[in-house]
Amino acid sequence: MLSRILIANRGEIALRIIRACHELGIEAVAVYSEADKDAPYLQLADEAICIGPADCAKSYLNIPGIISAAEITDVEAIHPGYGFLAENVNFAQICRDCGITFIGPPVEAMRLLGDKVQARKLAREARVRVVPGSDGTIEQVSEALELANKIGYPVIIKAAAGGGGRGMRVAHNDISLRSAFNAAHAEAEAAFGDGSVYLEKFIVEPRHVEVQVIADEAGNALHFYERDCSIQRRHQKMIEESPCPVLDKRTREGLCDAALKIIKKAHYVNAATVEFLLDEKKEYYFIEVNTRIQVEHPVTEMITGHDLIKWQLKIASGQTIKFSQRNIRQTGVAIECRINAEDPERNFAPCPGTITKYIPPGGPGVRVDTHVHQGWTVSGSYDSMIAKLIVHQRTRTEAIATMRRALREFVIEPIKTTIPVCLDILSHNLFVKNKIDTGFVERNF
Amino acid sequence: MKQNGLVEVEIKHGDDKIFLKRSQPQAPQVGITAVPMIGSTESVVAPAGAEQAEALGGPSVPQSAEDLVEIKSPIVGTFYATPTPDSEPYVELGTQVELQTVVCVVEAMKVMNEIKAETSGAIAEILVTNGQAVEYGQALFRVRPD
Repeated sequence: MLSRILIANRGEIALRIIRACHELGIEAVAVYSEADKDAPYLQLADEAICIGPADCAKSYLNIPGIISAAEITDVEAIHPGYGFLAENVNFAQICRDCGITFIGPPVEAMRLLGDKVQARKLAREARVRVVPGSDGTIEQVSEALELANKIGYPVIIKAAAGGGGRGMRVAHNDISLRSAFNAAHAEAEAAFGDGSVYLEKFIVEPRHVEVQVIADEAGNALHFYERDCSIQRRHQKMIEESPCPVLDKRTREGLCDAALKIIKKAHYVNAATVEFLLDEKKEYYFIEVNTRIQVEHPVTEMITGHDLIKWQLKIASGQTIKFSQRNIRQTGVAIECRINAEDPERNFAPCPGTITKYIPPGGPGVRVDTHVHQGWTVSGSYDSMIAKLIVHQRTRTEAIATMRRALREFVIEPIKTTIPVCLDILSHNLFVKNKIDTGFVERNF
Repeated sequence: MKQNGLVEVEIKHGDDKIFLKRSQPQAPQVGITAVPMIGSTESVVAPAGAEQAEALGGPSVPQSAEDLVEIKSPIVGTFYATPTPDSEPYVELGTQVELQTVVCVVEAMKVMNEIKAETSGAIAEILVTNGQAVEYGQALFRVRPD
């Protein structure tokens, strides 16, 4: 087992990783920017190193600073969390070059699956159905037009180096395709430094269903079932649940097997999430792989009873999977609401500020993952997510009731948060009746 | 290399290694060695401020810590007081520094970064020891300004 690691992240995920480390007897070194200097989780870490000013580029994205911190604290490995450097191939390579274990996939697998075009190609080779679209990148608008007319509108142009819902544009006809192509290309260039785009059929009103996977160095892989993340706004997930309420046993098995096939073919190691779209006929199509642990991992932890961060640490320590797939069971229903410091009344504008009153919910079936407390100042420099509220009950009806109660109990003042929107969604007729898709939030809220 | 002010690069493959060096007076790489703590040796040179005060005929008032200017580390790394293990330290207590005076080196990822005073005055306190790990913003020296 690793004995000492550095966590190259902040906030709730840094705290989450510290907790898993301490339960496994691993020392945890935290890094922080000046904006996070008063974060209480730093006191829980075995050591905390200031790596820069508030600006991400000079702190949490500062590779030399982080590697230097790793060297002076003499750690064996770095856990990148999610976001920041978690899917940065360059960072993973530098860790390897410096003899530091990167808690995540090998560089080659990250590079392969991080390229969305290569990932689609690999999925096709693994006999997994992908969303119909281009075989590779599209260089010119004329190619896009030809393909779009062949597979049928609407289509979506996506960045090959993309992620996080950026560098994407939908087009419904030839005219809008021209501008969509140029806009997506420009946004991709600006956001990812790589303007390459590809084209897919745009599946109307799909569900977003993803499969959690863990793989070890010996080529073994296990799935931990699926999560339905259809409640999204501008491609940002708001609410996630497991199991996906509309899957039958056979489709679920097919979906999870497809995820394992892709992961094994890529010689992937550690945690990953394989994402699919489910159309109204319950056909699933591969879209991409996220080569990291995800924000919504607690949902899977609640229904399977497995600690995914501990799995990551064990795999990185060189342990192999001794469980068999049939030992992993789905029990009950779990739902997660992401609580963001945003004002729903003002188009979800970020609301940084000091929290003067903070009362988290509790009671049976409630889990709150957060670094925030009364007196905490939410900085404008970072992501607006301040807490994750997860509930777990035996049935979906009970889970919804518990989530509504917990959201009502949750006090975060005076800053504005997305708690009221979550409550509205959980009370919405369509959500309760499972008649939702990825366009639901934008149509109704 | 020129763009980044590098004068030496070493890259291996077996057992992996990277070594980078920015321009500096001496060539050989600096390792972590036991060097006597700065300030424990020679006599302290009288600070320029006190001399001036005496020359003007006023009392020599000892300056409090609040008047001192801190030189903070702009990076995470390992502090070295000397350019090489067997050379003299860049500064000592009482050394007069200007804005561009190199006061120490902080090594990060095998790159030796020369840290400039960015203030002028005399070194009043040395807060770290040779080979000590330092974090971003950590105070390294206190300077009595002119």
